[in-house]
Amino acid sequence: MDYIAILLPIAFALTMISVFMGLCSYSVLAERKVSSWIQGRVGPNRTRLPLIGHIPILGNLLTGLGIFQPAADGLKFLFKEEITPGHVNKFYYYLAPVVALAPALTTMVVLPFGRYVDPSGVVQPLVLANIEIGMLFILGISSLGVYGIVLAGWSSNSKYPFLGAIRSSAQMISYELAMGLAILPVFMWSAAPGSEHGMSLFGVIESQKTLWLVIWQPLSALIFLVAVFAETNRLPFDMAESETDLVGGFHTEYGCFKFGLFFVAEYAHVIMGSALFVCLFLGGWNFLPGLADPWSDNTFGAVLSVLWFMAKVFFMIFFFIWVRWTLPRFRYDQVMSLGWKILLPLAIGNLVFNTLLIAAYDHFAQ
Amino acid sequence: MIDILFYVFAASVLISAFVMVISPNAVNCAMAMIVSFVGTAALFVLLEAYFLAILQVLVYAGAVMVLFLFIIMLLDVDKSEKSYLKDKMTLGASIIGFGLIVVLVCSAFLGGNHLPEPSLLPVMENPTGEGVGIPFTTSTKSFGYSLFTKYMLPFQVAGFLLLAAMIGVIVVSKKNEPEQG
Repeated sequence: MDYIAILLPIAFALTMISVFMGLCSYSVLAERKVSSWIQGRVGPNRTRLPLIGHIPILGNLLTGLGIFQPAADGLKFLFKEEITPGHVNKFYYYLAPVVALAPALTTMVVLPFGRYVDPSGVVQPLVLANIEIGMLFILGISSLGVYGIVLAGWSSNSKYPFLGAIRSSAQMISYELAMGLAILPVFMWSAAPGSEHGMSLFGVIESQKTLWLVIWQPLSALIFLVAVFAETNRLPFDMAESETDLVGGFHTEYGCFKFGLFFVAEYAHVIMGSALFVCLFLGGWNFLPGLADPWSDNTFGAVLSVLWFMAKVFFMIFFFIWVRWTLPRFRYDQVMSLGWKILLPLAIGNLVFNTLLIAAYDHFAQ
Repeated sequence: MIDILFYVFAASVLISAFVMVISPNAVNCAMAMIVSFVGTAALFVLLEAYFLAILQVLVYAGAVMVLFLFIIMLLDVDKSEKSYLKDKMTLGASIIGFGLIVVLVCSAFLGGNHLPEPSLLPVMENPTGEGVGIPFTTSTKSFGYSLFTKYMLPFQVAGFLLLAAMIGVIVVSKKNEPEQG
């Protein structure tokens, strides 16, 4: 009995990591397919696995969709000749990719991805650890991810990675502020006096049964979305690796599997950012604004809620890719002035406005 | 289980703190400091003070990041890699610190006079919407409520000090030269 209590969480965690890593590799495929679609190309369509790829119709279809491409990509990263440049600081050079990936995998511990109804009729979240301060946990742990980029840039002992690392850390420190301030009004509204949830993501999702927060708090949602783009180093903000002026940015000196880890880490951050946006502003697993919970109370309902949550996350991942292949990159000083001169004052103003609104609401409603 | 975890994290905190003090390389120092802070956060988790643990990571690890950048950008790391044990200030500070540790260990094991332990009183005023006073727990709400009622003055004073420090840094670091580029 005691062993089950220890082994069961480990089994859940391993399942979640494998699903998450699968999602990462397939969002790489999605990136390539969507970009080719936007640019009028075909994208990866020739990788064929020996047995499944030769099933008459299905095999051709799957090959055309590029379903087997992630396996080929992964094997390529794994079997390439591993080159370590002679001028790097070995310890930090090897540590950096791990430090970049680990926070993204850690934050998913507190991410609620579905709901079930326990035997006593109470709605519970499907989550590895439902702690009261889930949102703070995600902010705190994901802020450690920047060390991966800085260590990579510094330990490479070379100019371009160094510039990329410095830019990226300045950018991440700047946008973290706006991000934290943007979600404060969300929690001020969702954790009303007397609520039990505090800063947990489950509480925010439960509070969006009637109205999604993206409708109710559009400014917060916009600031948060821009900040997430900046924190994940995605294209309008990819100062860390802007290949036109920095060759490859912080991972210029990296190759084969170490580069693969950075690559996976970027997509892990994208997926976490998407899932977070869905939790905070798009109502989590709630069906539509006004039509909260049509799922039944049994296991099937729980599965449906997970699937609906995943559908929203996939839409957000698509949105990330869409923006990447649509918008041009900012210049570095534009990124800084956008963060400090526009987003931060807007976020503070939004916070003050919502505080006044809540005070007025409390005053007149009672 | 918790005992084993405590020893693991306590050892990692102490070892990394020691490495931070003796390592001649500034980047190694900063990394050891991060490990030490994260280990302290893990100790807070073992005490079920999750809020403190996350603040430890969020505030201190974030602050080390800035320190890190200072090391990388402002200090010349290659030239600072020399023995600084001859520095008299360092030597004096180490002796005083070691003496304090000896006093601490002696008083801990020998007993004797120690400071009166403050009792954790519940915050008594009722917030609107709550029926009873919030007891002093490790929950976020308890921290927030006591910060804005019982400890309002220290909270404001600390905020004001930080503001003064920030303005001071800006005044000192901003040179009266025309901006370049």
